[in-house]
Amino acid sequence: MENNPHIPLIKLENITKTYFLDGDISVPVLKGITMTIEQGEYVALMGASGSGKSTLMNILGCLDRPTSGDYFLDGEELGRASGDKRAMIRNRKIGFVFQNFNLLPRTSALDNVIMPLAYTAGELTNAQCRARGLEALKEVGILERAGHHPGQLSGGQQQRVAIARALINRPPVIFADEPTGNLDSKNSVEVMEMFSKLNAAGITVILVTHSDEIAAHAKRVICMNDGEIVPGLFSRH
Amino acid sequence: MKLTATLRISFVSLSRNPTRTLLTTLGIVIGIGAVITMMEIGNGSKTSLRSTIEKMGANSVMVMPGAMRMPGSPRKEMGSAVTLTPADADAIRQECPSVGKCSPVVRGSGTQIVFGNATWLPAAMYGVSPDYLDIRNWQLAEGRCFTDNEVDTNARVCVIGSTIVKELFNGMSPVGSELRIGDVAFEVVGVLKSKGANMIGMDEDDVIMAPWSTLQMRVTGLKMGSATNTTSTVSNYPGDRFVVSGVALYPEQDISVTRDKLFYSRFSQLNQIVFEAVSTDKVEDALKEVSDVLRRRHRIYAGKEDDFHIRNSADFMNMLNSTSTLMTNLLLGVALISLIVGGVGIMNIMLVSVTERTREIGLRMAVGARSKDILLQFLIESTVLCLAGGILGILLGHGASLLIKNIAKWPVESSPGAVIAAVAVSAGVGILFGFYPAWKASKLDPIEALRYE
Repeated sequence: MENNPHIPLIKLENITKTYFLDGDISVPVLKGITMTIEQGEYVALMGASGSGKSTLMNILGCLDRPTSGDYFLDGEELGRASGDKRAMIRNRKIGFVFQNFNLLPRTSALDNVIMPLAYTAGELTNAQCRARGLEALKEVGILERAGHHPGQLSGGQQQRVAIARALINRPPVIFADEPTGNLDSKNSVEVMEMFSKLNAAGITVILVTHSDEIAAHAKRVICMNDGEIVPGLFSRH
Repeated sequence: MKLTATLRISFVSLSRNPTRTLLTTLGIVIGIGAVITMMEIGNGSKTSLRSTIEKMGANSVMVMPGAMRMPGSPRKEMGSAVTLTPADADAIRQECPSVGKCSPVVRGSGTQIVFGNATWLPAAMYGVSPDYLDIRNWQLAEGRCFTDNEVDTNARVCVIGSTIVKELFNGMSPVGSELRIGDVAFEVVGVLKSKGANMIGMDEDDVIMAPWSTLQMRVTGLKMGSATNTTSTVSNYPGDRFVVSGVALYPEQDISVTRDKLFYSRFSQLNQIVFEAVSTDKVEDALKEVSDVLRRRHRIYAGKEDDFHIRNSADFMNMLNSTSTLMTNLLLGVALISLIVGGVGIMNIMLVSVTERTREIGLRMAVGARSKDILLQFLIESTVLCLAGGILGILLGHGASLLIKNIAKWPVESSPGAVIAAVAVSAGVGILFGFYPAWKASKLDPIEALRYE
């Protein structure tokens, strides 16, 4: 592996994260994570509450910085990159899907979907933005709901709008934090099918969950316990 | 991030809460409105003050005799010396090209006037020439003014102000009636148009005017630059040059003879000479010419003090102007304080808005907004808020001043400078007071913000 010139999509080297409470009480949350995720993988990050999976997810998503260690995305070290650089990476290379959807209220589905484009450096005209938004909505199958506000959409539809928003800049990787946590079983199945479809199209999907049922959709499961990856648990497939 | 997109986001988020947006801008609206109203009223009063003074005669200049000085006695008040003569007035009229009209003035106050069984002591009694009315911009309501010929012949005619018409004639037309000034009968030939109170509150209509020659000859009596003046100073006047000071030249005349005799009046004393420059920009030239003529006629050597004083109404105008400017600035200060209060209101609401939209800020950061994008968004939002308030305030202030103009009849004049300043100030207030909330928003931690409930 060491001599392989191939660059993995995600490479973590001895990532630690320690929170400091009241100045001197240190709480280690991640205790040296080293792992690699290749382009096109479908990974479920599992673990009990407090195992550090959300913290790891935030570091992977460039929302948080590791206390030490290196994080390479597409071969670029990002753990110590500038805030603006990390914002650009979040905009271009990463899509987020949240448990509570996080859609802007009283804003149409289309406007929600094209919202990230406002922060994209490339100059797109308004019409181009809307065309891309409609395309993304079509991809998740709710094109006819483009003009509806989140309040007028079901939970499953809202989550699909959120997925369309994550897809708008065609990122290589999508992070989903408990994407089905607020959905009923029927909608859950639909959303999970959506992720499978995206993965089949070549997008890396990394989801955080504590449900075995959901994790079963993934091709590889990474289990976390007390800030470390539990060794020996790999893909069921 | 594109500016148009940011602007659109600001408008959308402001229009989500129209009532709150309106109430938030109220402080700015009132502040800017007050500034605009103050400026318009201030401008209006300045203009009306100028026109009042112009009505009084902006180009008019008064020449008064200087103080009398005698060795060994205190200097007396201005006008006490006998230095201005009708001949001086003639000389000014003839020799100064920048002087338009010119009139001698003799004051005759303290003499009562009688009509029928009514008496009245007018506030002002002027002996003048017909030019005086033009210099003071005074029109006649009725009848005519006396003529130059009547001045030359010491005719007993007068024009009176509306207060006297009311007091003595009970509102009847006085033209053609005969009234007495002291014990001399005068025919009323005209009535002056009412001017109302002047700027220091004196009734300008309580006035009677007669030819200066008549008033001096027949009513007030002469004060000559004269032989009987026991002064050791050498007289400046040609007629006195062969008179030995302190010695009566002629035997003393009986009082009845004195009254009947019409003196040659060229060397008699005037209280004032009033003249008018041909135009406003010629006032300075006129002052110089008049001063030169009087110094030459009075034989004052270079470097010696004038024996007359020239008073220009421009000085008075400047004084009043500075007073009204002071008042305007004071009120403007109060209005600016209300702007600051309005700005604090904006800051307060922007802070609330940042807290309310913590999740939105977190989301925007998660999808790629940089700190400065968030800062700019909130800064633009508060600026848009303040600018909208400013524009509303300009409309409101202008409306208020129009209302004041129509209801209270105050003079009001719109001021484009104030409008530009108001727009700039409201944008400035938006940036100044919006900065702290915007900065706070841009410093949020996206993870915390996304988790915020």
